[in-house]
Amino acid sequence: MSDFEPTIIAFVCNWCTYTAADLAGTSRLTQPPNVRMIRMMCTGMVDPKYVIKALLEGADAVLISGCHPGDCHYINGNLKARRRVKLLKEILPRFGFDQRRVKLTWIGASEGIDFANTMNELVAEVKELGPNEVRKQMVI
Amino acid sequence: MATTVKIPIKDQNLVSSLQDFFKAMLRDGGINGLMVAQHLPTKNSVMPTLVTDPDKLDTADPLAPVFPINAAKVVSKLTRKPLGGKVAVVLRPCEIRAFIELVKLKQGRVDDVVLIGMDCLGAYSNVQYPDFAGDNGMEATLRFYRNIQEGKGTACDGFDVSPACKACEHPIPENADVLIGLVGVDLKDHLLAKANTPRGEELLENLGLSSTSEPEKRGKEIEKLVTERLSYRDQMFVETSEATADVGKLVSYLGNCVNCYNCRVACPVCYCKECVFLTDVFDHEPSQYLRWAKRKGILKMPTDTVFFHLTRIAHMSTACIGCGQCSNACPNNIPVMELFRTMAHYTQTAFDYVAGRSLEDDPPLSVFREDEFQEVVAKSH
Repeated sequence: MSDFEPTIIAFVCNWCTYTAADLAGTSRLTQPPNVRMIRMMCTGMVDPKYVIKALLEGADAVLISGCHPGDCHYINGNLKARRRVKLLKEILPRFGFDQRRVKLTWIGASEGIDFANTMNELVAEVKELGPNEVRKQMVI
Repeated sequence: MATTVKIPIKDQNLVSSLQDFFKAMLRDGGINGLMVAQHLPTKNSVMPTLVTDPDKLDTADPLAPVFPINAAKVVSKLTRKPLGGKVAVVLRPCEIRAFIELVKLKQGRVDDVVLIGMDCLGAYSNVQYPDFAGDNGMEATLRFYRNIQEGKGTACDGFDVSPACKACEHPIPENADVLIGLVGVDLKDHLLAKANTPRGEELLENLGLSSTSEPEKRGKEIEKLVTERLSYRDQMFVETSEATADVGKLVSYLGNCVNCYNCRVACPVCYCKECVFLTDVFDHEPSQYLRWAKRKGILKMPTDTVFFHLTRIAHMSTACIGCGQCSNACPNNIPVMELFRTMAHYTQTAFDYVAGRSLEDDPPLSVFREDEFQEVVAKSH
């Protein structure tokens, strides 16, 4: 195994995934330290440019995670996020970003175990993928 | 059956015959104004003009192969609130399609305008046109169409229409209220005017023009033109995708960008009232630049160029109608249009959307369905 430690930026919603992360923490579940979480009120406010910026700055993957469909605190923000992720997965791979570097998941407030498992799997997957090409390039 | 009439050509002069048509329309068409491109005395190009006096149409020339602005932007200004009258606007197909996108974004209304679309054979770039036109713009327009009628195509005197126009598969303004037809029409004798909507019918009915039908060869000639353009377009998609296939290539493709944002200003469908790239979000702390530079030992200035273009692609590519004004506006000759059209093709295909096609299609990022795009959601465990 290489000693590559990926940097992963996670935009998580206040009501579901952030709460799940909190639960995972208070339940003392083991999680990798590679994920930097940014708490948003809703995944529906994650502008595509946040994801683009993170990847251009050298993040190895970006996770967007919110409430399950039907559970959104703002009724449908997560469904809007899903369209934006669809858009990003159309655009970014055409410029050489592996589409696995952008991930969308639904993790509900009570799913602390799911959260910890998802983070562990994500980090393992990104380790496989290797570092984001941008790390070697002079891009801003 | 749509009303189709002949606009007679007098003295083999397309431009003055069209002017007569517009004058008649302004007098008897039941409209309060007409917006049409005119040669202005001060500058050797054309600009949209809003005309209420039929005597002020003597330099009108919507056929001039140039459009320094996508006029959808000015029609949007005219129609954001009730206009207090009805105005006919003479537009290219790409301008109509851009306007349709703006209407869907609530930045324009169709209520007070009658859209008059001209078959479009393409336009020269802003930079080339003055050299082509010399000091007689209207004569230059006639020269351009003589060249086409003689079967020599759009390349004339060593100039040719822009890549955006060569790659445009929408030369016919299908969604205009009144379509003015050139392709497959005997331009020595007449132009075609066809009403596609009741609003268009109303405009044409009192002008006393003799009715006709579309010539049989028109359909075939349109098909031929579209086929040529599609093949140019698809080749452009392949070449552009290849030239930007990874981040390194994209960085060098956009290498000459100086953050002037002209492409964004010229873009008719870049819809934000205030662009985030002009806000203090991008007034970085000076010390931030030093930190960025330290990361790799070198930092290209100005920063945020690739970021700007990728963000613009994410924000507006689903509305891109391919007019090419972005390339027209670029001071450093970056093939912006090629990149945006290529990406727009992919993003619009992903949402089964064609920008500018119809007021009925919802812009992809303005709607959502409950059960869609499940494939982009990863399983959580």
